[in-house]
Amino acid sequence: MSILVDQNTRVICQGITGSQGTMHSRQALEYGTQLVGGVTPGKGGTTHLGVPVFDTVREAVASTSATISVIYVPARFCLDSILEACEAGIELIVCITEGVPTLDMLKAKAIVDNAGSRLIGPNCPGVITPGQCKIGIMPGDIHEPGRIGIVSRSGTLTYEAVKQVTDKGLGQSTCVGIGGDPIPGTNFIDVIRLFEEDEETDAIVMVGEIGGTAEEETAEYIRGSVAKPIVAYVAGATAPKGKRMGHAGAIIAGGKGTAAEKYEALDRAGAATVRNLAGIGDAITECLS
Amino acid sequence: MNLHEFQAKELFREYGLPVSKGVVATTVEEAVDAAEQLGGNRWACKVQVHAGGRGKAGGVKLVEGPDGLQEFASSWLGQRLVTHQTDQLGQPINHIYIEELADIDREFYLGLVIDRSSRRVVVMASTEGGVEIEKVAEENPERILKAEIDPFVGAQPYQGRELAFGLGLRDGQVRQFTEVFLGLCRLFHELDCSLVEVNPLVVTSDGSVHCLDAKINIDGNALFRQSRLADLRDPKQEDEREAQASEFGLSYVALDGNIGCMVNGAGLAMGTMDLVKYYGGNPANFLDVGGAVNKQSVAEAFKIILDDSDVKAVLINIFGGIVSCVVIAEGIVEAYKEVGVSVPVVVRFDGNSAAEGRAFLESSGLDIIASTTLQDATQKAVDAAGSVS
Repeated sequence: MSILVDQNTRVICQGITGSQGTMHSRQALEYGTQLVGGVTPGKGGTTHLGVPVFDTVREAVASTSATISVIYVPARFCLDSILEACEAGIELIVCITEGVPTLDMLKAKAIVDNAGSRLIGPNCPGVITPGQCKIGIMPGDIHEPGRIGIVSRSGTLTYEAVKQVTDKGLGQSTCVGIGGDPIPGTNFIDVIRLFEEDEETDAIVMVGEIGGTAEEETAEYIRGSVAKPIVAYVAGATAPKGKRMGHAGAIIAGGKGTAAEKYEALDRAGAATVRNLAGIGDAITECLS
Repeated sequence: MNLHEFQAKELFREYGLPVSKGVVATTVEEAVDAAEQLGGNRWACKVQVHAGGRGKAGGVKLVEGPDGLQEFASSWLGQRLVTHQTDQLGQPINHIYIEELADIDREFYLGLVIDRSSRRVVVMASTEGGVEIEKVAEENPERILKAEIDPFVGAQPYQGRELAFGLGLRDGQVRQFTEVFLGLCRLFHELDCSLVEVNPLVVTSDGSVHCLDAKINIDGNALFRQSRLADLRDPKQEDEREAQASEFGLSYVALDGNIGCMVNGAGLAMGTMDLVKYYGGNPANFLDVGGAVNKQSVAEAFKIILDDSDVKAVLINIFGGIVSCVVIAEGIVEAYKEVGVSVPVVVRFDGNSAAEGRAFLESSGLDIIASTTLQDATQKAVDAAGSVS
């Protein structure tokens, strides 16, 4: 069953004719994703990578019945693209682009929520249900179909977790990169709730990082509402205070958002916490035995 | 991106917010001339650095007469200020700001931030002004009043009034405070701020509400539409190596260990640092090469890492997604040619073109310790650093 996306999911790409859009749409098609069209204003009526290009999301939806859109447009146009997808009735919007202004995200998030749609990202690797549907920039070949759900705030750290799970002979039901920005469209709790309800997910790997209080809030949620085993890793234990560590969200500000606090909250919630980044695979194996 | 107080106050003035008359000086002569421009015989002098805690560190002083100005300016200009928010080197002082004095009756804290949990701009106000607000937030959170701003309707006067009455303001001060509140919210949204602070906001002895300090941080992601503010950037306040790194699309933060790290992705870079520590080593830096990395920027990353004389070994951890390990390998070989590398280098490649990247390194004949697993690579780097020191 998986969550969010599967082999029947029909996807369009906003910004399909750009360099990023082209590269990753090609990979998605090779992976077997049902990428059924793209949107680039002014290039409607043409064909790119063998799929039709439309001027507007509304036309693309009307013509292809797509329910998901992936966004690769430059950061300054992301708010516009997200709102256009939302207005056109897209159910799941995945914004890969990094560098979106935070005030734009406050608006995007409010509108998407109000419309009953869902946004993942921005600044994220995307979503993949192995063997069925790959939406985003993750390397497809490290994934294997399986029963572990993975959710992460970081890109390459997600790949590390995926690889370790795959190397243990386990696979993934779905992997969701929620992105490292201060205002993500979807948070840990949203994804963990879906994994908890998903019959094809047996256990969950959660990869957090310093900054904000998302991990602490998630710990509260896990304690009350999650029965499935959760392995949790938090990056940034050695990060100094007040220094932004690459991600816009990864900063220990005012002494808050440290890895130690997050681990403590997750420990209290009964998650199997992992301090050794190389030990995620072992921890998930242990959870299942 | 941080602004200086004098830049922030100029923006405050544009938004009709009450700030003191002031003059910025970059030389002792300009500081002395400020006496004439401002009039009077006593002024507040403040060093302009991108750090809080200036007062406690001696960088804020009341001075008298042109002699006082001269003394303050000549003692601080060209020096560095160390506060509890800076590293031990401190921040360079290239500007001082000289202001008319305000007679302070009461002090408040007023701050605007983007709150991740409520996903709103939140205005915080407290009667505990002039001190470290983080402490108040921790010890007496009930003393911080809050208003959440709707991203579409913007701040409303009633929200300002609620805060004003909550702070114990009365009569005309409530109206004045509300004006300040609305002005700051407008400024925050129009200028794409990530933080605005007035600490302290004061009521003067004649009863007016006044912004005594001003702090503005701008969202770096929004500079494309705030080109005027982008010009206010002061690179001298930034760490030299960090600034140099950012020109090549690299994200670098210096730490105090001896194992240089080069990683793709911020999360994996932090995770790699943590793992170095986990295996008993000490990371010398955070370095994320980013997704748009090329041969040249890898070579540059190498130079920046090796520029730190404490570095005894380098750990390169690349999990190729959009980044191809071959590109990294080419950059490593380039760096060996350009700068010469005298410390052990451990490389772990995985993901996109990992095998090709390893083959490229091997064919180069360079003395590089190759590894396929994260655990093995980290242990080798820790061992290498230990055996050198």
